[in-house]
Amino acid sequence: MLELRKDIFADERDDNLKEIGRGTQRQDMLGHVTGTSTYFDDHKLQGMLHLKVLRSPHAHARLRRIDTMEAERSAGVRRIIRGADVPRNLNTLLSLINFGKDDEPSLAVDKVRYKGEPIVAVVADSPREAYEAIAKVRVDYEPLPAVFDVEGALKPGAPVVNETYPKNTFVYHDVYDHQKLRFGDVERGFAEADHVLEQHYQMSPIEHAPTETNGSIAAPDTNGRYVVYTSTQALFFSLDTCAKILDVPSNTFHFIGGTVGGGFGGKVDTLTEPLAILGAMLTGRPVRYQLGREEEMQFGSPRGAERIYIKDGVMRDGRIVARKIRAYFDSGAYTRLSSYAVVKCVAHLPGPYTIPNVHGDVYCVFTNRTPATAMRGFGVTAMDFALECQMDKLAHLVGIDPMEFRILNAYRDGDMKAHRREAKNTALIECVQVAAEKAKWPLREEMRRMSSRKDGGGSRAAVSPTPLEPAPQGAAVSQQRTTYDRAPPATIQPPPPTPTPSPPRPPAPSPSHGATRFSSVFGTRRR
Amino acid sequence: MTKTALQFRHNGRDVALFVDGGVNLLVALRESIGDMTPKFGCGQGGCGACSVLIDGELHLSCLTLAETVNGRAVETLDGLKDGPNLHPLQRAFMEQFAAQCGYCTPGMLMAAKALLDRNPSPSRAEVIEAISGNICRCTGYEPIINAVLAAASGGRARA
Amino acid sequence: MPVTVKTFANFGEAASALSSDRSARYLGGGTLVMRALNEGDVSISTVVRATDRALTRIDVASSRVTIGAGVTFARILAERELAFLHAPARSIGGPAVRNMGTVGGNLFAPSPYGDFTVALLALDATVSVQGGLGARDMPIEEFLQSRERQSGALVLAIACQRPASADAFRYRKIARIKPKGGSVITLAAHLPSSGGRISGARIALGSMAATQIRARAAERALEGRSLDDAAINAAAAVAAEGVSPTDNALGSAWYRREIVGVHLRRLLSGLE
Repeated sequence: MLELRKDIFADERDDNLKEIGRGTQRQDMLGHVTGTSTYFDDHKLQGMLHLKVLRSPHAHARLRRIDTMEAERSAGVRRIIRGADVPRNLNTLLSLINFGKDDEPSLAVDKVRYKGEPIVAVVADSPREAYEAIAKVRVDYEPLPAVFDVEGALKPGAPVVNETYPKNTFVYHDVYDHQKLRFGDVERGFAEADHVLEQHYQMSPIEHAPTETNGSIAAPDTNGRYVVYTSTQALFFSLDTCAKILDVPSNTFHFIGGTVGGGFGGKVDTLTEPLAILGAMLTGRPVRYQLGREEEMQFGSPRGAERIYIKDGVMRDGRIVARKIRAYFDSGAYTRLSSYAVVKCVAHLPGPYTIPNVHGDVYCVFTNRTPATAMRGFGVTAMDFALECQMDKLAHLVGIDPMEFRILNAYRDGDMKAHRREAKNTALIECVQVAAEKAKWPLREEMRRMSSRKDGGGSRAAVSPTPLEPAPQGAAVSQQRTTYDRAPPATIQPPPPTPTPSPPRPPAPSPSHGATRFSSVFGTRRR
Repeated sequence: MTKTALQFRHNGRDVALFVDGGVNLLVALRESIGDMTPKFGCGQGGCGACSVLIDGELHLSCLTLAETVNGRAVETLDGLKDGPNLHPLQRAFMEQFAAQCGYCTPGMLMAAKALLDRNPSPSRAEVIEAISGNICRCTGYEPIINAVLAAASGGRARA
Repeated sequence: MPVTVKTFANFGEAASALSSDRSARYLGGGTLVMRALNEGDVSISTVVRATDRALTRIDVASSRVTIGAGVTFARILAERELAFLHAPARSIGGPAVRNMGTVGGNLFAPSPYGDFTVALLALDATVSVQGGLGARDMPIEEFLQSRERQSGALVLAIACQRPASADAFRYRKIARIKPKGGSVITLAAHLPSSGGRISGARIALGSMAATQIRARAAERALEGRSLDDAAINAAAAVAAEGVSPTDNALGSAWYRREIVGVHLRRLLSGLE
């Protein structure tokens, strides 16, 4: 039972709430039905200019030459923006929490790595004039071999997508090309199992398709500041990202948002704000940058594709004794949030089941596809789909009802999870029981009497002996520190990683980031 | 730049404006008149967020060349209220929780109004057909359909 | 350079304006041209319109019906005499698109759109076109084959024979979203019969090639036969002959080839 420290939080919760089962009106509902809710685009500013972007038609190409001469002279053009105009034209979103290396330009300079990548931005009096100028930009592309398949990208000789990560994998803790989970000995588990089932699953990218496309309007304010109306789902995250890319203190910006026309995770990438603000800085006028629907589909980041291999060992009585998982997350051409999705995925393995031997390897892979991002449970969604398909197949294999098969393997309070943490407040058994009841699915009396609070722990709390594996050879380049606060580029080398058995420890924190106290990415508290 | 003069009725009031050649009605309404209730969702006729009534008929303002409404009557969500009083559809949308992010709501309401103006007591199937050109990505269509049906039956009860 | 809009009261003048300017496009209901402008298509710099009432006329007086190119799908649905065209008209867009989109524009709608044209192709419609050199009627099949070159011409009307019975004309659109969605495959069949035997069958397919096409092998398989299981199976078996579908977000080329026979069988069997 959840314990609430009423002595400390006396005023924090009303114990007499009776909200469940009653309707409570949304505070923004009146605005929605009268059309007065204000989205980013609902601002009419004097002298507003329009920004449009030239995008790569190639999935992978070297940029030999970009000629904007004719476009500069095109009617209505106020400013052409190229990569060299972006103060810090390399960023990665999670650098704000010290995670990952800057790997993505705001405007491509030497190479384009996915179809739809921005190359040149045009700020003009009208959208039409911006489009006309874009048609006059001449780009000399040298198409390069592209790779679209996660496993293809890991093969020797595969095209290097993103030079920041030459092996086409994200690098964890400066060394590791994937995230590992090791608990017990799966090979021994398979040897002892009555049946072994190996299957593979995959999921395509999924576009969020918000009804409102991504966009922002940036306008010069007094005192050298800028007001930014934005569709972002992550206001301060976007604000700090812009401060870093534009190399100004974050109090330069006043971001206004919160009313978003559908996000679902697709509006956390700060896709439009940096260029809109830069446009406003360079022209001194309000600048609007709104994606069209085609752009939203091609350039707006989707939920990433995943490919998942699962090998399970199961006993005739229905106990799963070993689960081995290998999975590849398609990050697209740049990191965005897939590196984090992988960490989250590994933290979710092997699903809500007590399995004595678990082995997980999950890779964040770069391909020449549109960079992937957050979307509703990302990191877990596809894996859960695969795991639950696998559970049905295993149940069928051993001839046990699939609901009962889940109850049998569900974790219970006191069990040891594969992450070497004790399971607490578990409730899968109860969930299955309720689901079965609602679906009028017959469960045997014995199954109806089972409980998450009974029969856990004991031998189920044991950590099985886990064989050690050799540590990876050779240290990768050191992890880059964010410099959005205008500290000089990181020269402090973190201590060389000591070869450690998995799970790896995070590298020593950088002294410049004492403020980062908790990281959901590392799952550790840091000072 | 050459501009085209244009005059039409906007929610019962005459408006006159100049538009650039090729500008669509959505842009004219939002940028020239300042009526922000129709929304840009796709510019392709796929989402219905920009739906307005032209001479009582449901149209997509993003695919309507602005100057083609010269001399005609355009209705948007901005004109749905009667003074301070909400339209029965607006009340029903509130009561039935028929909006979440709210971005499709202006178009949904206009599509629903186009239906009820012609057919005050539609069947569920007719409601589904009437909003079939309007995409909602978060609320889900059930509360919206229920709201339109509720507004219709409410209207009948009062009549 | 902003877009110039030229509006004419007479279709002949509109046709000349259209044929003399390569950057001109004719604006009907707006669902194609405005969409292109919204997406930043700078190849269009002139928009030509005609307010000529001749373009919105419907003539149902005889067994041959004539429909002006500017007639919307909503108007077809309101016309009882055009009941045989209600299924294809209803399968297009939502109500707003049907209030705007026109019969003439549909002739130019690229895959996965252009469903109404599939019906017209099965009905062996005639397309009246006003070009730089005057007006002429051409069979719809010829029109579609030369569609790329027709953008400088103005379509005035289409005409087709009314099917002998409701059963003689059938239409089916396969979409992933109901009631509205882009076409995975669209099928239409005109099955005239005399003495219980099919004579002059025409089967048209949408989303199975760059333009709407006829399934000639399937037509031949039905010729001279009664519409029984054997004939239907024979037609379904060759439905994919001559098709060249492409992959798009609604379905792969492979999938389209796989299911075209299944849906043709259902169409011919009268199954829903």
